[in-house]
Formats: sequence, C-alpha cells, structure tokens
Amino acid sequence: MATGFAAFGTALPALGIAVPLVGACLLLALDQVLPRVAVDALAAVVVLGVAVLMGALVAITASGRVVSWAGGWRPAGGVSVGIVLVADPFGAGLAFLVALLTLAALLYGWQYFSHAEAHLPVLLLLFVAGMTGFALTGDLFDMFVFFELMGAVAYALTGYKIEEPESVQGAFNFGVINSLGAYLCLAGIGLLYARTGQLGLAQLGAALSGHPADLLVLVAFTLVATGWLVKAAAVPFHFWLADAHAVAPTPVCVLFSGVMAPLGVYGVARVYWATLSGTVSAAGVQRALLVLGVLTATVGALMCATQRHLKRLLAYSTIAHIGLFLLGVAALEPAGLAGSALYLAGHAGIKGALFLLVGVLLSRYGCVDEITLYGRGRGSRALGWLYVVAALALAGLPPFGVALGKAISEESLAATWLAVVFTAVSAVTGAATLRAGLRVFFAVGPPPPEHHDEDVTTGEREEREVEPAPARTPPTMLVAILLLLALGLVTGLPAVGSAAGRAAERFTDRAGYLDQVLHGAAAPAVPTPHGAAWTALGAGLGVLSAALAVGLALLVLYAPRLPRTLRVAGARTAPATHALHRLHSGHIGDYAAWLLVGAVALGVLLALPGSAAGATGVTP
Amino acid sequence: MSRGVRTLIFLAGAAGLGMLLVLAFLRCPPFGGDWHPYRDMAVPAALAHVTPNVVSSVNFDQRGLDTLGEETILLGSVLGATVLLRPGRHETRREPQDVGRVLQVTRLGGYVMLPLALTLGLDVVIHGHLTPGGGFQGGVVLATGLHLTYVAGSYPALRRLRPVSWYEYAEALGAGTFSVLGVVGLVTSAALLANFLPLGQFQQLFSSGTVLALSVATGCEVAAGVVVLLAAFLEQTIMIDSSRERAG
Amino acid sequence: MSLYAYLVAGWLLLAGFFGVVRSRDLVHTAVCVSVAQSGTYVLLLGIGFQRGAGAPVFAPGIPTTSPVVDPVVQAMALTDIVVSATVTALLLAIAVQIAKRHGTVDPDELHALRG
Repeated sequence: MATGFAAFGTALPALGIAVPLVGACLLLALDQVLPRVAVDALAAVVVLGVAVLMGALVAITASGRVVSWAGGWRPAGGVSVGIVLVADPFGAGLAFLVALLTLAALLYGWQYFSHAEAHLPVLLLLFVAGMTGFALTGDLFDMFVFFELMGAVAYALTGYKIEEPESVQGAFNFGVINSLGAYLCLAGIGLLYARTGQLGLAQLGAALSGHPADLLVLVAFTLVATGWLVKAAAVPFHFWLADAHAVAPTPVCVLFSGVMAPLGVYGVARVYWATLSGTVSAAGVQRALLVLGVLTATVGALMCATQRHLKRLLAYSTIAHIGLFLLGVAALEPAGLAGSALYLAGHAGIKGALFLLVGVLLSRYGCVDEITLYGRGRGSRALGWLYVVAALALAGLPPFGVALGKAISEESLAATWLAVVFTAVSAVTGAATLRAGLRVFFAVGPPPPEHHDEDVTTGEREEREVEPAPARTPPTMLVAILLLLALGLVTGLPAVGSAAGRAAERFTDRAGYLDQVLHGAAAPAVPTPHGAAWTALGAGLGVLSAALAVGLALLVLYAPRLPRTLRVAGARTAPATHALHRLHSGHIGDYAAWLLVGAVALGVLLALPGSAAGATGVTP
Repeated sequence: MSRGVRTLIFLAGAAGLGMLLVLAFLRCPPFGGDWHPYRDMAVPAALAHVTPNVVSSVNFDQRGLDTLGEETILLGSVLGATVLLRPGRHETRREPQDVGRVLQVTRLGGYVMLPLALTLGLDVVIHGHLTPGGGFQGGVVLATGLHLTYVAGSYPALRRLRPVSWYEYAEALGAGTFSVLGVVGLVTSAALLANFLPLGQFQQLFSSGTVLALSVATGCEVAAGVVVLLAAFLEQTIMIDSSRERAG
Repeated sequence: MSLYAYLVAGWLLLAGFFGVVRSRDLVHTAVCVSVAQSGTYVLLLGIGFQRGAGAPVFAPGIPTTSPVVDPVVQAMALTDIVVSATVTALLLAIAVQIAKRHGTVDPDELHALRG
C-alpha cells in the first residue's frame, strides 16, 4: 500500500503533462462530431482532473520533493542521459494554479464564448501542458522546450480574434519578441552545455560548483535569464505584454496575467537556486533583480495609471506587480521568495477576477474604454462591488493573499525605501483600477472629458466575445469570478503563508536539491521559518496602501474640482507621461532594439564587482 | 521612435551583446575537441537500447520528454495557424477554379516524383532508428511530397487527395499515440516514456523498442500536421473570398 | 581558427535582430527571426563538433567504437528547427491577417497599439 502510494506520487508530475495532452488530442479528434456542450464539458473534466492531480502533488511535496526520471534513466554516479521531473511545493503549486485558472477560464467561457470552428478548448489544454511542464521539469533544455510550447500556443491565442487590427498586431509583436528572447536563452543554454556537457539543472549545478563564475557562465546566465525575463515582461522586455493582454480573449488573459508571465520569474529563481547560486556572485544577481524590479514596478505603475483601455490598464498593473515579485526574489533568501510566491498566487486570483469583470463589460457593451463606459455599469451594482473589492485587494487590503505576500516581501527587504516602493506601486495600480471601476459602475466624479491622443489606445470599439450579448450575466461567469476572488482570499490564510515559508526553505536548499535529484538522498525536514506570517506592521502597510489607493482614486476622479494651482502642477507632468507613452510605440523594431539593450544591461549588472547588500539591508 | 534612433539603440545593444558573446566564446572548450561528456554517456545508452541512430535514441528514448514537448509545439502551432487563418466574419469560401497552365514536363516530373517522394518519406520514417532520419524528417518529406499534386496538377486534384478533416484526425491520432505510449511506459515501467517494448536485434528493422513506435507516431503526426498547415495557407490564398470585405 | 564557428553563430543571431529592427515588411521580419534562430543551430552544432569524428549513426560496417560527434546537440538542433518552422508558420499566418486588417505589412504603418 505504501509503495503503491509512493509510485502514485512519483507518477503525478508526468501525469500533469500527459493528461492535458491526451485530453487535447481526444478533443481535437472529437470536436467536429461532439456537440458544443460535450466539448466544453470534456475540456472542463480534463482540467478538473489535472487540478485534482496537481493538488495531490502539492500535498505530497509538503514532505519533500518528488523526483521522477522520464524514460527511467536514473542517474549513476551523479549523471544521467535522461530528463528529470522535480516537483517541489512551488513547482507543484504553480502547476496547481495553472489548472485552477484554466478551470475558471473554461467556466467563464462555458457555452457562451464564441469558439465555433476554432478549437479554443484544445489550445487551452495544450497551454496547460506547456505551463505545467515548465514548472515541473528539472532540465534546462526541457524548460526551453516547454517555454516554446507555451509561446506557440499563446501567440495563436493572442491573435484569436482575427477581425481586430489590435489583436493581430499584438500577437505578432508577442510572437517575435518572445521568440527572440527564447533564442538568446537557447544560446545561453548552449554556452552552459559547452562548458559542462550537461543539461539538467542539478547536473549543471554539480558541474559548475567549486569554481567562481567566469565570463562564460555569467554571459550564459545573462542570456538564459533574458529569455525568462522576456516571458516575465520585466522592463525593458515588457512591451509585448500590454499588447498581448489587451487583445487576447478575456479568459485567456486570466492565464497570461495570472501565471504565464509570472512563470518567467519562477524560471529565473529556479535556475538561480538549482544551478548557479553557489557559482555566480549573489551581489550581482541581487543588484540586477533590484534594478530591474524597481524599473519594472515604476514603469508599470506609471503606464497603468495613465491608461483608459481597461484591459491595457490591467496589463500594465500586471507588469508593475511582476516588478514587485522580482523585488521579493531579490532578497535572495527564503522569506522574500515566500512573499513573492504568495503575492504571485494571490495576484493571479485577484487579477483574473478583474479581467473577467472587464470581460463582462466587454460582452455587454462591446467596449473596454473607461471614458466611453462612464456610468454605463450602474445597473449592475453586484458586479460593481465585486470589482471594488478586487481593486482594493490588488492595492494590498488584508486579508487577501496579495497583502500577505506584499507584507512578507517588504519585511524580507529590510531597506525602508523598498517598502516605500511596494506601498507606492500597490497604491498607484490599485488607485488606477479603482478609479476606472468607480467611473464605470458608480459614475463617481464628473464625466471625464473626451480627448483624442494618437499615442493612446482607447478600446472604444472591440469585438464582443460573446454572441449574442447576454441580457444578464450568465451564472457560470459569476461562478468563475467568485472562484478567482476566493483564490485571492485563500492565499491570505496564515496556514498558506507558513506552507509558503517552508516551501521557500525547500526551494533555496541547493545542496538538498542536488543530493536528492542526483543521488536519491531523502529530503531532510525543513524548519518552519519565521516571518512567513501576518504581522501588525505588514497588515498595517497593506491597509495603508489600500487607503492611499482610495485617496488617489478619489483625487483623480474629482480633479476637475480641485483648485487651479494643483491642476496646473498636475499638467506639468503631462509631457513626461506622454514621452513614456511614445516609447510604447507598438513597433516591433523598437521592441527588438530594447530587448538587446536590456540583455546587455542585465549582463553588466550581473558582472559588475561590488555588493548591493547596502541597498536591501540583506547580506546574501 | 524614428528609424535612426531605433537603429542607434540597436547598434548600442548589438555592440554590447556582441562583446559579451565573444568574451564567452573565448572561454569555450576548443572547437572540434574530443571532450563531450554527454556524448560519452548517450552513445552507450543508445547501444544498450539497440538503437544504431544515436540521435533518434536521444530524441525518442533518452530525452523523449523534449520530443513530446516538441511534437506538441507542432500540434499547437498547426492548430493555431488554422485558427488564425479561419475565414473571417465577412469572408466566404469559394470553390477553387481549375485555372492556370502547367507545363507538360512539370506535370510529368511531378507524377513521377510523387510515388518516389512518398516512398522516400515512409522509408525515412520507418528506418529512423537505424539510419539518419526519423519521424520529423520523414513526415515533412511525406507532406511536401503530397503537394507535388498541386505543383504538377491543380488545386482541385490536391483537394481530392487530401480531405483535410481526415488529416486532422491523423494528426490527433499521431500526437495522441505518442502521449499514450508515454503513459503506458509510466504504467508498465514506472517512468513516463520508458522504453517498454522488446528491444530486438541490432540493426534489424523491428528493434530499439519504443524508438521505432514513437518515430512512426511522430511521422504520422508531422505528415498530417504539415498537410493541415499548408492547407490552411493554401485555402487562405486560393479559396477565401474577402472581396466583399474590401468593397465594404 | 577555433573561434570561427562561434563567431558565425553570434553574427547570425545579431544579423537576425538587425533585420527585425530595420524591417519594412512583416514577412521579412518573420524570416529575420528565423535567421536569428539559425545562429543557435550553428552554435549548438559547433559545440558538438569533433574533428575526424563521424555521424552518430552506426550503420552496418561502422564499428560502434568509432568516434562520433555529439548526438545530443543534433537532437537539440532538430527541436530547434521544429520550433523555428512552427513559429515562422504562426508569424506568417498572423502577417496574413495583419495585411487584411491593416491594409499593410509595413511595421511603420501599424498604429493599432500605442501607449
């Protein structure tokens, strides 16, 4: 019985990849003959099955990693020709999150979403397989393969609405930038292979350990990290994200924003801790993550605050939050990582709910423009309140997971100025989200004046995703929204917090990872760390950022009634904002040029001598 | 940004990255050397599983999970391209006309080449574990070979040979077989994509266990997938009528 | 000249980027993406090369002890090629729709997404 259970446990990571694939093939073969409802039901059953399997995997990994060698090529003497799947609580948790978000996406699209002749559920299942594979594999080249799988399916999903000019342009930009990032990443993998003759994360780690990183290893890490950071949409690799998220079908946005882009942050953290943490200089990594994190959070927040296209607004807020995830990782210690992981999971639920609420507006009014929609949502108070709750949760209101993750991250970065960045970015993105919701659902403030600016995407005319427009919101859509909000709430539970703390201890235990993967050593128990829990200070900062968000939102909404001097001061900042908008030109050539510059900057930040410990107050 | 500014930013980035790459290349092991640790493991592993083509052994046996991901990329992209190239709301499909002129010599060449290309494709798929080739390579030869009927004949001729829905089934079947074989390995040998079939004799056709089976499944999927992919592009060019849209 | 192959790889990678940056036609952009990718083929195959070694296929008559080049990079290059082909197909499919929706495939003329 016990061995049977263990065998089931080691089979789970493989099943997480294989079940959605088999399901996709089945659905592809059957979707011409089955009625619509059966296609939707089959897809939902497969994803539910994956969710149950990955939930079980999360439970099992609480007591240690699950290591399984594909093809049965177990290592001898610390090396193997095979590929290893390594599930630890974070990897398994991400796979679980993928399944949950996909379930919400399918529920939202249940019966109503127009996908005749278009295989949307099949693409979603393949997308699940890609993301699960990326989260669970312990092999660098295999990560690249699943990265490309996620990418290829995602480009098609982004361009799904072929009637819209925005949609196809966004898909093209996404495809080119992600591919170029992937090729840089592959070049990095090639360099590491040239040095070590290995591809597994653990094997690479073992082969590289003992020597400080030379320029080859640094350049290789730069290239690999560039690939993952393109997916994560760190500035200046972020341009594709707003373009893609703004145009992709709404249920797909839930996955893009909630887990696909954050998987890039996971990739960087995984490669660093499993492979390079003993080799490359921690100070360099910390410096690079701090600079990119602050830049990403700031640019994301500024762009978010100045959007009127609701999906673009949410997309830029995702960029801002990814900057904060990077800052949590930048502490390079378990507490910060635990904070980022909770933040990521809580954000996935909340942001997903917000996207779906905007999707409901789109399905009713064929429009996602904040200004055109002013007061149009007054009839649906319930949705309006859900939106306000989600916006406040995004701003960091306890007891949601976003707040817990934010609090833990802030406390792991002892430097006060970083806590200020966290609070300010949460407040600004929360305020922008809240402002839009208050205008649309409650007609707060005077009607905003219509003004045209060719450097702003408005979202005035968008293709309805649901035909015909439903008279009232279908219950399945509401259930999906509530499910995602519940996810945001559950991730704020103290038990989830301490589990994340233990998971982070496991994740950062490089020696344990290498021993278990390469030599089959049993995983030692990890201590329950301090700090991965609610504190009065953390909750207080959360309330503060939410209150600031409300204040800022009201300030903007009632700006026309402010004294003239204040408005003039506001107008002074307009040229700077305008310049920032002009940089986001939608031009693929610009994006590619910035990608190169970003890769070089990342390399320089990694390679410069000196310590960044002073900035964070953390000694790595 | 203007083209000039964009190019300047590119040049700065390219100069930096070029320098980083050269610095890294200078520290690579010497080109053409004999230090290849993974090779030194992969060759004996391939021989142990009775697979003379070591590349196929790496693809379908040792690193089969990569290939599972790879053929899923193909499946997803083919599906994605058909989704992207579906007729829009204002577009209609029209029957293709048998227009255009094909030189007699082209026609003759095409019909002579057709059976040869198909045979070659099958050969490359089936002997993928023994000689250079495999499911991917052979599948592409099969699919492009089939399109000789278009080059040498006409689009209606190709359509008669190619009911797209059948190829969609074949594609799903090939990809599904790959995944199912992987799961069977998981059940019988407790490892995804384990080589659970009899290994046979070295350099015999029926040898190397699942390498042959997975290669054939991949060949089926790739051939069908490429046909579906090309069909999506050809239909877009030949059959989709967007004239009304342009007028409106 | 042991760096030569690697330099070609780096050159192709950057040449692909250059093409994407300067492109006036999205079909050309898609091809440039493949050019960048071909840099990775050259890099991988260069890393696995060994002077005087044969192909890693033991056909009848070739002793299994004879030296062969690294088969792993060849398998990786095959994966890479499949990725390249599929990404190119997707980008071209999107380019077809861009041509219809925007009436142009010049990236300088696409104005749907700004800010």
